[in-house]
Amino acid sequence: MDEDALELPQQGLGQDQRAELGLGALVCLVVAVLVAMLAFIVKEAWPSFAHNGLSWFGPGGNADTQIQRIFTSGDLDQKAQFMIRAWPLIWSTILTTAGAVVISFVCSLFVAVFMVEFAPAPLKLVLEPVVRLLASVPSVIYGLLGVLVLVPFIGNHLITQGEKASVTPVISLSGYSLLAAVVILTVMISPIMIAIFAEGLRSVPRGWLEGSLALGVNRWRTFWRIAVVTARPAMIAGTVLATARALGESVMLSMISGSVAFAPNPADGLIFFYEPSRGLAPTILHNTEELTSPPMKHTLFAFAAVLLFSALALSLFGWAAKQPMKRYFNVGGAAA
Amino acid sequence: MTEAMLGGGSDPILPTPPSSPPRARRSAAGSSSTWSLIDRLGLAFAWSLGLLFCAITAAIVIFLAVQGIRFLRPYMLWTNPKVSDTQAGSGGFLDPMLGTFIVSAIAILIAGPVGVGVAVWLSEYARPAGLARAVESTIEMLAGAPTVALALFGVLLFEAPVLGFLSTTSHGVVYGYSFFAAGAILSLVALPYVVSSVREGLQAIPNHVREASYAVGKTKIATIRRVLLPAARPSVITGNMLGIGHVIGDTAIILLLLGDTQTFQGVGHVPLLGILRGTGSTLTSYIFDNAPTGALNQPNKAYAAAFVLLLIVLGLNVIVDVFGRRSKELRWS
Repeated sequence: MDEDALELPQQGLGQDQRAELGLGALVCLVVAVLVAMLAFIVKEAWPSFAHNGLSWFGPGGNADTQIQRIFTSGDLDQKAQFMIRAWPLIWSTILTTAGAVVISFVCSLFVAVFMVEFAPAPLKLVLEPVVRLLASVPSVIYGLLGVLVLVPFIGNHLITQGEKASVTPVISLSGYSLLAAVVILTVMISPIMIAIFAEGLRSVPRGWLEGSLALGVNRWRTFWRIAVVTARPAMIAGTVLATARALGESVMLSMISGSVAFAPNPADGLIFFYEPSRGLAPTILHNTEELTSPPMKHTLFAFAAVLLFSALALSLFGWAAKQPMKRYFNVGGAAA
Repeated sequence: MTEAMLGGGSDPILPTPPSSPPRARRSAAGSSSTWSLIDRLGLAFAWSLGLLFCAITAAIVIFLAVQGIRFLRPYMLWTNPKVSDTQAGSGGFLDPMLGTFIVSAIAILIAGPVGVGVAVWLSEYARPAGLARAVESTIEMLAGAPTVALALFGVLLFEAPVLGFLSTTSHGVVYGYSFFAAGAILSLVALPYVVSSVREGLQAIPNHVREASYAVGKTKIATIRRVLLPAARPSVITGNMLGIGHVIGDTAIILLLLGDTQTFQGVGHVPLLGILRGTGSTLTSYIFDNAPTGALNQPNKAYAAAFVLLLIVLGLNVIVDVFGRRSKELRWS
């Protein structure tokens, strides 16, 4: 709000300035907390990165044995070990996040378009609270449903005995799988996307659509060519937020993605989808009891730092991608 | 007339003028018969996805309700978890439930006032502009930050000897697990929701309301306190409820910062303070531990607790709905 043009009453300025200073201090404190968080996490994570260099991110060896060695080296009077090649964990995070985001982007776009424009009124009334409800179901409930319903289903009905036998020496296919993780993650992040997409689509001026309708373009084409294109900033905002949520999801994934640091290999064909893995965030959760070991602590903070900076880069990317569209039309600015 | 307006782009003959103005929104059925095949397929896809979405939600809610009614027994609501070999003997989840309430109370007691303050500053002051940008991106980053990362920051923060009075200390070592620690970090989770909701509410109030208040001699801060915040009260409530909803649903922070003991393990002799400084669990961590992948593996208890948690979340949703509608009903002319 631009208040400079207003004539403020003179006698109250002292109190007013104090209030502004107080609120300013509060706001600075909030910023300081975030900066402190970044600084502390990077500081704690540094030893792990420093010992491994860039190969921290690379493949090599079994990440689980490496983590175990790091943990035990903190206990005894031996030299602290930091050797970690985190690629299997990073790869798992990339796979689950990308899979879920791509699927749910397509689905959410269609559902949002349907909800805003094409659904009959009674269905519209149902869909909105449904989206809000699904967005607020705690992730542990999704995890519970996954582990008690979806994982046994995949393990017992989708994976054949032959497929299980073919990989027995390496991993066991029991239903804790990439497929389960992606499916549940998709259901988890879709409502976030749908809510923000729908908000953007709703704020497209009605006249623009009616202009197109009046030119004889049918409603479907009109909505896709005008409303969806106009609401691009909201699409970006929703996708960024949903991706950040998927990246940071730890509880649900630690329950259903399987808990081995295995990098699913797309070359395995269909089995690829049934392979277990464990991403960065579930790995942190999995090993929280080992925070007492200093080298382990540094390693876990390194995982957290990678996640945190990916999320930051993501929101930076979203901001940068929205810039060229801002002067064009500011739909979804409030949703960001 | 609809023929020419919707589908008949190639028809050179102009139709007779419509006798009544066309309705802006028609029902989806009826008008799609003139569309090309691709468009109709698209619409069908949208329909099926929309219905699938409703079906998934209904399936989740109904499944949890059935399992909840099957396994939830009234005694579970007032007995504590006990160590037992069988699921029948392992008690209920009174303490986890109370833990959920305590944790969300602490979190919202911090995030509520701070969030309203930040929102007021962003909406009414926002000077200097650089700081406003920084605050906006801070809130955005907090909304996107992984909760495990926040939790690890909490571990680091509350292990500091200075903050030892908030948790368990023994022989100079601060453990850093307590309701205070978990609540404080969870307030960071709730903060973005409070800020964005309150800010939206404040920005929806037109400027002439502020000007009218200045015109009768109110100062800016008095305007904010007496005029703007009361007018934005539905948004304040909505934001707080949304924040609580996310606090209740969080598990990672609870697992890392609450010590994950099934019952309250108080510290010291002051009654309430002891509990707040001690460790405990919430419904989410109780479900996590009782899932087949958790330490206790009692799926029936997990289902019962999940049902209770879902009911709490549903209740919060209803409150958000009611106040959200009320804030939309406020009209400024």
